[in-house]
Amino acid sequence: MTHASAISRSAKRGLKSRVLAPWVFLAPGLIFFTIYVLIPIIRSIWIGFFDWDGLGEMKWIGLANYVELASDESFYVSLKNNLAWLILYLLAIPAGLAIALFLNQTIPGIRIYKSLFFFPFVISQVVVGLVFSWFYAPDFGLLPALIKTLTGANIAILADEHYATYGIIAAGLWPQIAYCMILYLTGLNAINPEQIEAGRMDNAKGLKMLWYIVIPQLGPATFIALVVTVIGSLRSFDLVSIMTSGGPYGSTRVLSYFMYEQALSEYGYRMGYGAAIAVVLFAIMMVFISLFIVRMLSEQRRA
Amino acid sequence: MFPKPIERSAPWVAPLYKVLVPIALFIWLLPLIGVAVTSVRPAGDLAAGNYFGIPSGFAGQENYTAVFRDSPIGHYILNSFKITIPTVIGAVALSCLTGFALAIYRFRANMLLFFVFVAGNFVPFQILMVPVRDFTLHLGLYDTVLGLVLFHTAFQTGFCTLFMRNFIAALPFALIESARVEGVSEWKIFRHIVLPLMRPAIAALAVLIFTFVWNDYFWATVLVQGEHAMPVTAGLYSLNGQWVAAWHLVSAGSIVAALPPVIMFFLMQRHFIAGLTLGATKG
Amino acid sequence: MRMKTALLGLALGVSVSTLAFAGQITINTDASDPAPKKAFEELVADFQKANPDVTVKVNTFDHEGYKGAIRNFLTADAPDVVNWYAGNRMAPFVKAGLFEDVTDLWAKEGLNDQLKSAASSMTIDGKKWGVPYTYYQWGIYYRKDIFAANGITPPKTWDELKAASAKLKAAGVTPFAIGTKALWPTGGWFDYMNLRVNGYEFHMDLTSGKVPYTDPRVKAVFDKWAELVKPGYFLENHAAIDWQDAVPAFVQGKAAMYLMGNFAVAAFKSGGLKDDQIGFLQFPSITAGLPMAEDAPTDTVHIPAKAKNKDDARKFLAFIASAGAQTKMNATLGQLPVNNKAEKPSDVFLDQGFAMLSNAYGLAQFYDRDAPAEMAKAGMEGFQEFMVKPDNQAAILERLEKTRAKVYK
Repeated sequence: MTHASAISRSAKRGLKSRVLAPWVFLAPGLIFFTIYVLIPIIRSIWIGFFDWDGLGEMKWIGLANYVELASDESFYVSLKNNLAWLILYLLAIPAGLAIALFLNQTIPGIRIYKSLFFFPFVISQVVVGLVFSWFYAPDFGLLPALIKTLTGANIAILADEHYATYGIIAAGLWPQIAYCMILYLTGLNAINPEQIEAGRMDNAKGLKMLWYIVIPQLGPATFIALVVTVIGSLRSFDLVSIMTSGGPYGSTRVLSYFMYEQALSEYGYRMGYGAAIAVVLFAIMMVFISLFIVRMLSEQRRA
Repeated sequence: MFPKPIERSAPWVAPLYKVLVPIALFIWLLPLIGVAVTSVRPAGDLAAGNYFGIPSGFAGQENYTAVFRDSPIGHYILNSFKITIPTVIGAVALSCLTGFALAIYRFRANMLLFFVFVAGNFVPFQILMVPVRDFTLHLGLYDTVLGLVLFHTAFQTGFCTLFMRNFIAALPFALIESARVEGVSEWKIFRHIVLPLMRPAIAALAVLIFTFVWNDYFWATVLVQGEHAMPVTAGLYSLNGQWVAAWHLVSAGSIVAALPPVIMFFLMQRHFIAGLTLGATKG
Repeated sequence: MRMKTALLGLALGVSVSTLAFAGQITINTDASDPAPKKAFEELVADFQKANPDVTVKVNTFDHEGYKGAIRNFLTADAPDVVNWYAGNRMAPFVKAGLFEDVTDLWAKEGLNDQLKSAASSMTIDGKKWGVPYTYYQWGIYYRKDIFAANGITPPKTWDELKAASAKLKAAGVTPFAIGTKALWPTGGWFDYMNLRVNGYEFHMDLTSGKVPYTDPRVKAVFDKWAELVKPGYFLENHAAIDWQDAVPAFVQGKAAMYLMGNFAVAAFKSGGLKDDQIGFLQFPSITAGLPMAEDAPTDTVHIPAKAKNKDDARKFLAFIASAGAQTKMNATLGQLPVNNKAEKPSDVFLDQGFAMLSNAYGLAQFYDRDAPAEMAKAGMEGFQEFMVKPDNQAAILERLEKTRAKVYK
């Protein structure tokens, strides 16, 4: 019996356990995740083919839910609003960058300023929604009062179909900008000072420096900001529910709220139809998730 | 450093900046300041149309007492803790394990599983809603704290796994190699070598998940109905229905509901931001 | 390990708390506003006094949220007694087998006689599905002092109503207060416009899906309605506010009339108005000679089919149906008892309401109770849109017709 064979035996044993070990470690989390996330996704897709009120029998109707969806005005209103959310939410990225640049200085107390700027992100969307409902309220809200003193016009933002969706998006942007800001503040911290100095030598200044030297280095922060902003914009349920419940006359619906309304609210219990809406939302989201994963994959390959 | 530090700019820039920052902050937080002021306004001010002026008196004590006395908000807050704390423990514990598995071992399904966790973390809640509600009903956990805890734990495991796996992958692998050579079992490697190094990640995740789950509104409306299991977010919304036109109470309630994550944030700021910005610096 | 025991503990705690003890009933109610809440608390206390062996647990939901919540808890974790509404509004639950048949209770307690006036609205397929305990009138509440100051006498006809509105508007007073954020206040307006233009039978046919929304008679309703909407006779920005938010405008005299249910009187008074400042008038006639029908929503209690303690739940229903309980409860509510042996509270508005309803040609429940839920939602959204943009009338009616075709198939 040599020393070497003892090592190889233990190595073999180690190898064997190393094949099994990851599954043992994974099991609890994976089981939970499968039950509550993976299986429900498949079941939702399945339910989308049924007519079901959540109480009685499920009735197979094939693609009828999707056919109905294609001629449902509310669906297009929701889709259009989702698009508005998506596009306008992206403003959070440059806005967050702007605030980060503004705050990236060293004066006494700047850390507290930064935390306070970040503050809106920590607050629940329910509170953000209530805060902005109050901010927008006609007659006694701060914003209409300001508008009135400036222009004399009396606007009820959340009651006007032209402004309501934008009013909610603005409320959503508030915490989202804070999030992007903190990402960029962290990113700015990690910028290579030598390149900045080199740029200064070359007489690069202001916007030029920002565009050619700083922003490229902020790539990772921008990427994360993009991902969380896109996902956040498509998840816009809370604010719509709290600020307008989809009103006035359904003009602020988004897919996530429309789905809830059809499947579970006071006036609907159409689980199958709701599931079909969820599938559409899921498909849209999958486009972005796939892009995200492709990028992560290429990163992993490089590493 | 970019932009150019103000110390290196013209002499008038620094004082100007020091004035500008608080003004910008004031505008930025204006809606919130408005609510904070409203929450200490006497009810009479609102009736008299004094919405923006200096409050005619300080009614903070009355308003906040009224909120706690006349509404179940204290109970809602307790529920929020009952939901949030077990979820934080559960999700962090599960993801320590999954993150370790995906970061340390090379096996065929590794990448696939990792992406499943990542993708699952981003799916819209609505695609899960009907089946999860159904499943919870069948378990007899509908309208219970446990029903919410189980779901949140499972769902947050996706994000936590992404986080933990990246964190562990960045640890020096040599530590683990040398332990293996010495014949240390895989569990002991996890328990005694890796886990102690994960403390900062655990702290960061704990504060993040605390905030996410505390602030959840959607699942609270889907899986809970009655007062007894309702967390403060959904509770606040239903109180809003009772306090129509009583904005001083709505404001006070909002502040109360927002406070725990805010306190958490200020206590654990470093971890919180480290968690949120993970990956924002390295490509 | 510690987490496991914690979870186990939680699980145990849960299963213990959901166990139903004999002699305990759980009531889910939407009585969250002050007066209903007080009335319900008193009722429960009296019930417990009369039945010391039964303990009652009350879960109070906010009024708007309850309407969504009930579908959930009826299927999931059913309580023993729930609040709901009469008429078509209870039909989906009856059809889905979620409400208990209480015909036996009606027979045993002599309710067929005592609750006679509401018997038909509690009957589906020849069976009784719950017990009504209160109802109230709808109508136009107006500011007597403002009417007097502008030399207006309470209008009895459509032309008089328009003339009064024009006068008020000219005097800088908005004729009608309203808040439509929660949608249902628009239903009251539509009900009355339709009841007065086309009459009770047509209204019932429409809400039960027998008439298309593109029918010229429906168009006629909106044309009349537009005569108030287009000149701006309703509170501006009504889509942004709830009905309670519109009360201050009425109290402060910025608006002079309010089409509402009688429950609004409590809000007017707590806002600072005195009895002699408030007047009540029946919605004026529009089509001459048409018999006048009114909106009079009835609130009810039911036993869910999945209730755990139906025996004690029946005791509770019998109690709330009794003359004594209804007398006391409606005194607190400021509404009318359904039980004809009960005494109605002495109140000037209730007296007028009772007289009006006793002579009514027919009683409608309310648009969102008479029409099925999905139709009601689409309908009231349409009404709200119309009240903001009367020019969209044609498009709105076409959309409603599309919904009607889908809902009543």
